[in-house]
Amino acid sequence: MIDFLIPVMAAAISAATPLLLAATGELVVERSGVLNLGIEGMMLMGAMAGFAAALLTGSHLAGLLAAALAGMLMALVFAVLTLSLSANQVASGLALTIFGIGLSALVGAPYVGQPVPALPKLDIAGLSDLPVAGPLLFRHDGLVYFSVAAVAATWWFLNRTHAGLKLRAVGESAQAAHALGHPVIAIRYAASLFGGAMAGLAGAFLSLSYTPMWMEGMTAGRGWIALALVVFSAWRPWRALVGAYLFGGVGIVQLHAQGAWGLPSEMFSMLPYVATVLVLTVISARSQAGGTGSRAPADLGKPFRASR
Amino acid sequence: MSEITSLPLSRRSLIVGAGATAAMLAGTRTGLAADPLKVGFVYVGPIGDHGYSYSHDLGRKAVEAEFGDRVKVTFVENVNEGPDSERVIRQLATAGNGLIFSTSFGFMQPTIRVARQFPKVVFEHATGYMRADNVGIYNGRFYEGRAVLGTIAGLVSKTGSVGYVASFPIPEVIMGINAFLLAARKVRPDLTVKVIWLNSWYDPGKEADAAKALIDGGADVIAQHVDSPAAMQVAEARGAYAFGQASDMSRFAPRAHLTAIVYDWAPYYKERVKLVLDGAWKSDDTWWGLKEGLIRMAPYNPSLPEEIRKQADAVRDAIAAGTLQPFAGPVKDQKGAVRIAAGETISDADLLKMDWLVEGVQS
Repeated sequence: MIDFLIPVMAAAISAATPLLLAATGELVVERSGVLNLGIEGMMLMGAMAGFAAALLTGSHLAGLLAAALAGMLMALVFAVLTLSLSANQVASGLALTIFGIGLSALVGAPYVGQPVPALPKLDIAGLSDLPVAGPLLFRHDGLVYFSVAAVAATWWFLNRTHAGLKLRAVGESAQAAHALGHPVIAIRYAASLFGGAMAGLAGAFLSLSYTPMWMEGMTAGRGWIALALVVFSAWRPWRALVGAYLFGGVGIVQLHAQGAWGLPSEMFSMLPYVATVLVLTVISARSQAGGTGSRAPADLGKPFRASR
Repeated sequence: MSEITSLPLSRRSLIVGAGATAAMLAGTRTGLAADPLKVGFVYVGPIGDHGYSYSHDLGRKAVEAEFGDRVKVTFVENVNEGPDSERVIRQLATAGNGLIFSTSFGFMQPTIRVARQFPKVVFEHATGYMRADNVGIYNGRFYEGRAVLGTIAGLVSKTGSVGYVASFPIPEVIMGINAFLLAARKVRPDLTVKVIWLNSWYDPGKEADAAKALIDGGADVIAQHVDSPAAMQVAEARGAYAFGQASDMSRFAPRAHLTAIVYDWAPYYKERVKLVLDGAWKSDDTWWGLKEGLIRMAPYNPSLPEEIRKQADAVRDAIAAGTLQPFAGPVKDQKGAVRIAAGETISDADLLKMDWLVEGVQS
């Protein structure tokens, strides 16, 4: 049994990582009151730029930096439109996705079919060779550990720092934060750029680690799942981690379980989504019963114009 | 792809909407002289997909090379199946194209509708089943190539377990799996094929996950009927063998890639263009395979032993010569019921609606 579980769980951790990276970024963006639906587009640009930079320079670090930068540039386009020009955030986010899909395919065309070495896996003498924990915990690449660290850092930032408090205030009531003298637009710009960088890294994880290659549209909808995870997490970083691992885990288990109980494969493909619906129902029921709520930031998606 | 087609919300349909308009502007050339035959091609994907649309575009280039000034060739790539494609096909007909190839299953209804309005224009639709006086249809017997892959898999597998990363349980995919296993069992009677269905045509991450799961489950050869090379990369990294999809994908997995089924539409396109030029075209239903050269096998991996190459070549040549039927009976399904009796084979009509897997397939 354990021989079966270890590869499944190790694969689930890998499958969860791009979702977790992108969801953590978007969580911060939404906490500042900005709804960016363009994650898929930013991820694809990150995947393409990260792959191209790693291929051209031979350095994975350069690839990761390029991916984060590409994601930030995409987020900047979105921020200028929605924050400086007060464009509709939903429409701009959807446009950003379509733009990212097209632009990454166009710019990335020369890199289709080129080989690039995968991100190196951790190999710590002793730890990586441990019987169960070794393959499960100590044989991933750096981005996997970074994604977990990012969750911890995001939780600490949002809940334990003054800057995090300001960011949340901006997301709850931009007018009130403005009245208190906080730079609403600047904070939202910073949050949006962070979200872009994380989405870019999520894309780079796909093109440099998960399936080390570049092909157009290779994110295959993961940006949308990350977006759903933010709602699923009720805008809390650790819950996003649980959600990402649950989602990644169910997706892997269904591959291994196919044919096991004579159920049609379509049933298994549905499982991650069924799990999502169930958890959302539970969260919603609990908040209705007066438990910890799942309330979205009050000013989410609302454009802000300073009133004088 | 015949394949991408059945899927309302594929990756391509998402991308394509945005690309189609631009592609129409970029891809459509307008000719001045009325003399050359104008030929239009409509592709579902980008010509750079290194797979299905790419293979059709090689056929288009062959037409240009063969007929030179006698034809004027146009293509439109990334065309969404549905209303988008009807607009593109009608636009090509309006622009004076005398022969239009619409190369994906989902272009079927739009092609028929436009054909009704342009009775003098000749249409050729790939992988569908609806014909008209000015609409011919064509398809490839891809399962014949899968029988060759199955033979190789049966000979190279040490564990006797082959993994199959599959998209949707539709006849096109099912007949491929069945032909693969039947051929593999001829050289290794105890071989089993474990299928993982992804219910998507293109998701590199999921394809890689499925290949990992299959290899973890004991498979040492991976076959696939999905579009990306991700499963092959996993096979390369994990020491298993794999086969490319739709074109030679050896550069993604130089060690693991044993061969691939390559689609070569050039002979068919050249024949049809010539018939229209000669005024001899009539509506036809063409289903070509190894014999006509519509499918070929990519060069074998240098590491593949001579003995195995010979056996694979023998299967390929026998299918091409018509002396070997991939579905020759007796064939039993998963429940053990005889579906094709001894001494018989399956009709094309039954093949096109095949919805049962053969004995030995685990799914």
